[in-house]
Amino acid sequence: MSMLHLVNKSPYERNSLDTCVGYVKAGDTLLLIEDGVYAAMSGSKAAAKLSGLDVAVLGPDLAARGIGEDRLIDGVTVVDYAGFVDLATDKDKVQSWL
Amino acid sequence: MSTTKKFMYVNRKAPYGTIYAWEALEVVLIGAAFEQDVTLAFVDDGIYQLIGGQDTSGLEMKNFSPTYSALGDYDVKKIYVEKESLEERGLSIDDLQHLTWEDEDEDYAEKDSIQVVTRAEMADLFADSDVMFNF
Repeated sequence: MSMLHLVNKSPYERNSLDTCVGYVKAGDTLLLIEDGVYAAMSGSKAAAKLSGLDVAVLGPDLAARGIGEDRLIDGVTVVDYAGFVDLATDKDKVQSWL
Repeated sequence: MSTTKKFMYVNRKAPYGTIYAWEALEVVLIGAAFEQDVTLAFVDDGIYQLIGGQDTSGLEMKNFSPTYSALGDYDVKKIYVEKESLEERGLSIDDLQHLTWEDEDEDYAEKDSIQVVTRAEMADLFADSDVMFNF
């Protein structure tokens, strides 16, 4: 069984990301959307929490916030809305960490 | 007789995820239009508001970040960004918009509006203000 985990809150304002990463299992993907995307910025305090995980970031949310893909940590996949849908259908379930 | 108070607007929220940042900007412009002494502080996630190159075309939301560059025209020239908040997020002042104001006493020379200050210096700025608005 595989899970798509969604985090939409800033890692500096809520504990959603902290809690979520404790539940991510092998084969799962973590998709960062909305203010959640800030966690994937290289050189940031939150980025270390993502190491070893399969992480995707929603491109339109990055662009809105002025974050270029060159500012992300290595190994992160940037997806568009269609890619978001693909992830949701590829996995068995979706868990949204509101 | 009117009195001018020192208004401090504290911005702690990222843009777009919530409406706080945009609402704060509108309140700031209103305060400035009434010729109050306006100072802006950006701490915590608030510094994300000032990142340059924001493009919301994929979101169907208004990109309000160009409005920050109008602050100088409203005589808002004191914008402080907290150093610790920048560093924690892997950002530097080079990632932020270049905001300026024109000094009419010096032949309208363009001067920087944004200053990076430490948390301790920010606390002093808060202490020095008359009224605090928190967003």
